[in-house]
Amino acid sequence: MTRTPPPLRALETWLMAFRHAWRGAAIASVLNPTLFLAAMGVGLGRVVDESGTATETLGGVEYLAFLAPGLLAAAAVQAAAGEATYPVMAGIKWTRTYHAMIATPLRVVDVLAGHLSWIALRVFVGSAVFLVVMALFGAVTSWMAVLAVPAATLAGLSMAAPIAAYSATLDGDAPFAALLRFVVTPMFLFSGTFFPVSELPAWLRPVAWLTPLWHGVSLCRDLALARADLLPSLGHAAYLGALVALGVRWGTRTFSRRLTS
Amino acid sequence: MSSARTGSLGHPVPLDASPPLLHARGLVKRFGAFTAVDGIDVDVHRGEAFGFLGPNGAGKSSTMRMIACVSPATEGTLRILGMDPARDGPRIRARLGVVPQEDSLDLELTVRENLFIYGRYFDLPRRVIRERAEALLEFAQLTERADSKVDPLSGGMKRRLTIARALINEPELLLLDEPTTGLDPQARHVLWDRLYRLKQQGVTLVLTTHYMDEAEQLCDRLVVMDKGRIAAEGSPRELIERYSTREVVELRFPIGQQDSVLVSLLAPLGQRVEELPDRVLLYTDDGDAALDAVHNLGLHPVSSLVRRSTLEDVFLTLTGRSLVD
Repeated sequence: MTRTPPPLRALETWLMAFRHAWRGAAIASVLNPTLFLAAMGVGLGRVVDESGTATETLGGVEYLAFLAPGLLAAAAVQAAAGEATYPVMAGIKWTRTYHAMIATPLRVVDVLAGHLSWIALRVFVGSAVFLVVMALFGAVTSWMAVLAVPAATLAGLSMAAPIAAYSATLDGDAPFAALLRFVVTPMFLFSGTFFPVSELPAWLRPVAWLTPLWHGVSLCRDLALARADLLPSLGHAAYLGALVALGVRWGTRTFSRRLTS
Repeated sequence: MSSARTGSLGHPVPLDASPPLLHARGLVKRFGAFTAVDGIDVDVHRGEAFGFLGPNGAGKSSTMRMIACVSPATEGTLRILGMDPARDGPRIRARLGVVPQEDSLDLELTVRENLFIYGRYFDLPRRVIRERAEALLEFAQLTERADSKVDPLSGGMKRRLTIARALINEPELLLLDEPTTGLDPQARHVLWDRLYRLKQQGVTLVLTTHYMDEAEQLCDRLVVMDKGRIAAEGSPRELIERYSTREVVELRFPIGQQDSVLVSLLAPLGQRVEELPDRVLLYTDDGDAALDAVHNLGLHPVSSLVRRSTLEDVFLTLTGRSLVD
């Protein structure tokens, strides 16, 4: 008789490992938003807000209020991307813990689902902490901002699922550095986190619109500023959800090929 | 069913209700154009200790991965515990214990946590796992290291933990892929002792090895595998009797002296002669007499040794190559 669904059993292994590592992670999850919001939201924000025309470009809000939800989404996406690279390679190749799992009643899909659940959980908790820090900085003005936490989690998963699938195709970890340097970081900088995408050259804007982060940032910002309309928000969520679904389908294939050939 | 008798309640009770735990016919595993396992037939019954003996690349690990219901068979019939891995993988795996060739322990967890989480994969209740973990730590002689991380453990300790972990679900069939490869002799003997105890307790063992002494120590019955096929099957004693002589004389000659002329001189002295790069093996039922005959020919080997035949000799006879290269 099954009492715990298989993906949750696979998730337990990550929770157990985290018991040895939670202190560092907890400190980082408070420290990172604090430093970023202090430096860029407050420090840089003062300069931006004094320029006069900025508030209009930013949609009628101060820079801190504009930046904070964008950073929330960006931090979620970045953390999720990282968790879908080296840990996947470890499960397949280094510590081979994935192989241990599929020697038991767990199946490859459970291994993948367990890992993605873990990433979702981490990003969710990290985003919740981020929101609390935002509130302490006075950057939260509406209860609707609470919805930015699941929105950021969805954005994170939309990045993690395809990257996990890709990671399972690799023989070594060298491409991860390139992935983080040439995909994740440029996306972090140019997807509307720090300034509206409308400020980009016209030819670059469609590229930004394709990134999961732009959808995540837009969704989180609309929710945090309590200006979210139903249809655009659903559109962003659907785009992110589709990326998750594609990533899971691709990942099921790449994980299977790697673990059960 | 072969036969049946009437049980106490009047229901027919099959006498031989349990099919072989492992049943394979014409089992094939191909990777693209490469055939790793080329049509093997195997049956293993409850309580047996069964071995696949063969050199690296013989197809042993591919066979084990199919038996473990991890890698699908390309062709042929495979039944584990009477079920089809293609359909019932998770249900079969729930009743297997697997000791893989390469360690797959979670290095970030402690010894005890590794046992615990593995039990959770089987959905065992936490209380049950805790009880079993204590007994298994004892069995694996790891009680004192229970709360240490896995990373700093010795190779032998990691292997023992892997075996303990594979027993957490009280498996009916324990699969061991090269269980002692890479261990020093002392660690191997400790491990053999543990496996021998399991065998005494009636656990069915299926193992692969390229060590003939391991096969002789542990296996009631084994198959010799070479190039994806089964070359011979039997108990270690049967195989030696069938494919080798009672004794072997190992002769080493000074460098440069071992050539075909020398070998043809030696050939009439035994039933068979085998030339290896560094020595000549003379197969005979009376080693001492054969060695005397060598000396009578005026030959002076640097060293000579009369010993009993082993599975290594069986393999050499069957394939013309040695097990460990």
